[in-house]
Amino acid sequence: MRFAVLVKASKDSEAGVLPTTEQLDEMGRFNEQLAKDGVLLAGEGLQPTSKGARLRFDGGRTTVTDGPFTETKELVAGFWIVQGKSKEEIVERFMQAPFDGGHVIEIRQIFEVEDFGDNATPEIRERAERTWKKAK
Amino acid sequence: MSAGDLQNTIAAIWRIESPKLIAALSRMLRDVGRAEDLAQDAFVVALSEWPDRGIPRNPGAWLMTAAKRRAIDQIRRDETLNRKAQRFARELSGDALEADVASTYEEIDDDMLRLMFVACHPAVSKEGHVALTLKLAGGLTTAEIARAFLVSETTIAQRIVRAKRTLAEARVPFEVPAGAERVQRLASILETLYLIFNEGYAATAGDDVLRPELVEDALRLGRMLAALIPNESEVHGLVALMEIQASRMRARVGQTGEAILLLDQDRGKWNRMLIARGLDALARAESLGDALGPYTLQAAIAACHARAPTAEQTDWERIAALYDALAQLAPTPVVELNRAVAVGMAVGPQAGLDIVERLLDEPALGTYYLLPSVRADLLLKVGRASEARAEFERAASLARNTRDRTFLLTRAAACTMSSTKA
Repeated sequence: MRFAVLVKASKDSEAGVLPTTEQLDEMGRFNEQLAKDGVLLAGEGLQPTSKGARLRFDGGRTTVTDGPFTETKELVAGFWIVQGKSKEEIVERFMQAPFDGGHVIEIRQIFEVEDFGDNATPEIRERAERTWKKAK
Repeated sequence: MSAGDLQNTIAAIWRIESPKLIAALSRMLRDVGRAEDLAQDAFVVALSEWPDRGIPRNPGAWLMTAAKRRAIDQIRRDETLNRKAQRFARELSGDALEADVASTYEEIDDDMLRLMFVACHPAVSKEGHVALTLKLAGGLTTAEIARAFLVSETTIAQRIVRAKRTLAEARVPFEVPAGAERVQRLASILETLYLIFNEGYAATAGDDVLRPELVEDALRLGRMLAALIPNESEVHGLVALMEIQASRMRARVGQTGEAILLLDQDRGKWNRMLIARGLDALARAESLGDALGPYTLQAAIAACHARAPTAEQTDWERIAALYDALAQLAPTPVVELNRAVAVGMAVGPQAGLDIVERLLDEPALGTYYLLPSVRADLLLKVGRASEARAEFERAASLARNTRDRTFLLTRAAACTMSSTKA
């Protein structure tokens, strides 16, 4: 199973405050341990929403809004993709993550293609295949 | 937290922490078997204390301390090791305890690597290598290993007991060997990991074609090894091979559970993240090796398929050349059979068939269902349909898995149809 671990934004992350050397070092160690345990698949930190944009789709009309966005706690500031056998395993691993001061992270299981069942028709799968070809 | 949640949590903690515990205790006790027993004991203590007191903030450190205390008690009882016990006791007193947990952070890498080498010691059987590696380095329980290999828990437990006894009797030192022995033992670790992977990826027993949990365990152990010894080309080669093969896992089985051949697979179902990781690992392997080893070559072949947007666009010339290189390194009948398939695609079915014909008397392939299966496919392509049918049927009779058998019989029946048409 794969899981996404989402790091929620904070005032600092939204203000573009860079992590201190000490914080970077601690996070580096934590990531290193995930890698050494063979479960780290990917991970990235995201720039503040002031550099991002939102698209809202409604009845054929699409509205674009530039960041920053205000509801800080709902925003995502980074993520990991990790492999694990259970939600509990991911919870245990991330209990050791170097966060403090009210920081929130959220663990979500990733859908695999077969989880979509019959909703992913052969046509949809075929289109996905074409998309990947173009992306290459 | 409910009782069930707590149980899941403790199982997860065992999976995460037990390999590190066993590794560190093995160094203290110079005995993998006793180390594992002590790690289990520490968990038993945890199971009795945590439900009431709650799970400690750093369960790994808690368990390490509990287990080391027990190790010291054992060593103290052991007269000959008395002096060593005094040293460890000093290290574990007061503030030193915290420092000890921190210092193990670096040491633990070396211990984990030693553990993997010991688990694949030549004194132990290959079955023993698999069981010990999953149990000691992978953190799986005996029950989990038994379930994955479709054998009874007693069988696995006995296998592990036997392997541990062998290690103790042979007085296998807890160390990473040097020189030629290191090369040999590393090859044995890689072989063990690939065995585990293949048991999950191409199940040889039972009715399920895939056992994804074993595939994930093999990948996890492979990435672990690559992180511990990042300068070994073939370790990255094996990881690359496993990541790329695993990327096709969801495309290998159809809706009714039947196996789907690589070239017929829906490439949209291939996992792009695993492919990207596999290609990265392959690049690392290629950058480290002067001459590519067998796993790296196989990964390079798998990468040719992964890079092809459609089956028709597969670079068969390159694949045939890579099999050529592989056949020089590992001239086995199975490699030769795969080369035949590639040459059949790159040059033409008759050229492939010529290679297959030379393998027919090969004793190692006598009961290997893929030989008649590949031959049947090539025979069909050169228009010898009735011979092809007989070969597909023979392949079906040799297949060890119900799904494969059904698939081959379907292909045999299709030959009849094409020969009637002709």
